[in-house]
Amino acid sequence: MRIAVLRFPGTWSENDFAHALSLVGAEADIVWHADADLRGYDAAIVPGGFTYGDYLRAGAIAALSPAANALRRADAEGMPILGSCNGFQILCEIGLLPGALVRNRHLEFRCDWVHMRIESDRTPFTAGLGGELVRMPIAHGEGCWVADELTLARVEANGQVVFRYTDARGAATPEANPNGSTANIAGVANAAGNVVGLMPHPERCSEELLGGTDGRRVLEALTGVRHVGMAPASVQ
Amino acid sequence: MTAYVATIRVRPKAEVRDPQGEAIGGALRSLGLDVADVRTGKEITVRFAAPDESAARVAAAKMGDELLANPVIEDFAVEVAAE
Repeated sequence: MRIAVLRFPGTWSENDFAHALSLVGAEADIVWHADADLRGYDAAIVPGGFTYGDYLRAGAIAALSPAANALRRADAEGMPILGSCNGFQILCEIGLLPGALVRNRHLEFRCDWVHMRIESDRTPFTAGLGGELVRMPIAHGEGCWVADELTLARVEANGQVVFRYTDARGAATPEANPNGSTANIAGVANAAGNVVGLMPHPERCSEELLGGTDGRRVLEALTGVRHVGMAPASVQ
Repeated sequence: MTAYVATIRVRPKAEVRDPQGEAIGGALRSLGLDVADVRTGKEITVRFAAPDESAARVAAAKMGDELLANPVIEDFAVEVAAE
């Protein structure tokens, strides 16, 4: 499986994603946003970072890149597309995902581990994982997902909520919500389910060395390949 | 072509919470001021050329619609003046 990992000015998680994808048998190419041609790829990842310095709004300027049109075309063909952190913000700004990400309600940057329940298995990134409780790291200042009431009702009713912040036992309490997101929503999908965005970082919890492997399960769901293994010594 | 200045004011929609405004409100109250509510926004000034004022207004509205404001969370207002 060939996966395009997009790189914009200010992207910081593309190498980590490429490495994590290698652990699940995928061939990852880091693709510069201005030259983005996603034809021939099986999936695309929009990684985290601070594209264009988060100027204006997080993801707003990246959403005008040539990569945005490439992503729209790929979405029209049903390509699986995953955005994490700033990638989630970019996909919302492009309009491929519902809602928007705004400043954390407490105004603090949060760098922490969170628990989430996987609420939908109708996406290529969560197939077979419905109802599972996972633990992943977050690192963001603008991760509070908001939408108007109609959009929220539609997203909930259509099963487009994919990840919801919970405590370690799976309860979606206000205390388990790290940024004030509406309804503890950590990640959503488009109506078709092929595009998914989440604030946490699956690539940063894809091997034991990093303190968790739940992120790898999301990538395994995509490639259909269980961990192929890579000794820590081979990491460059 | 005439030179114009557009002032685009972007504000969070009324139903979107503005934690930055809330924090500023708390700080103003700490000065002993009786502050009920604070909302923040941003003002963007753009100088550009257009054939006439109506074309300048269309261009400024496009700036707000397509980049400067996110309609999911923000409203914007435009003022255009010849320079």
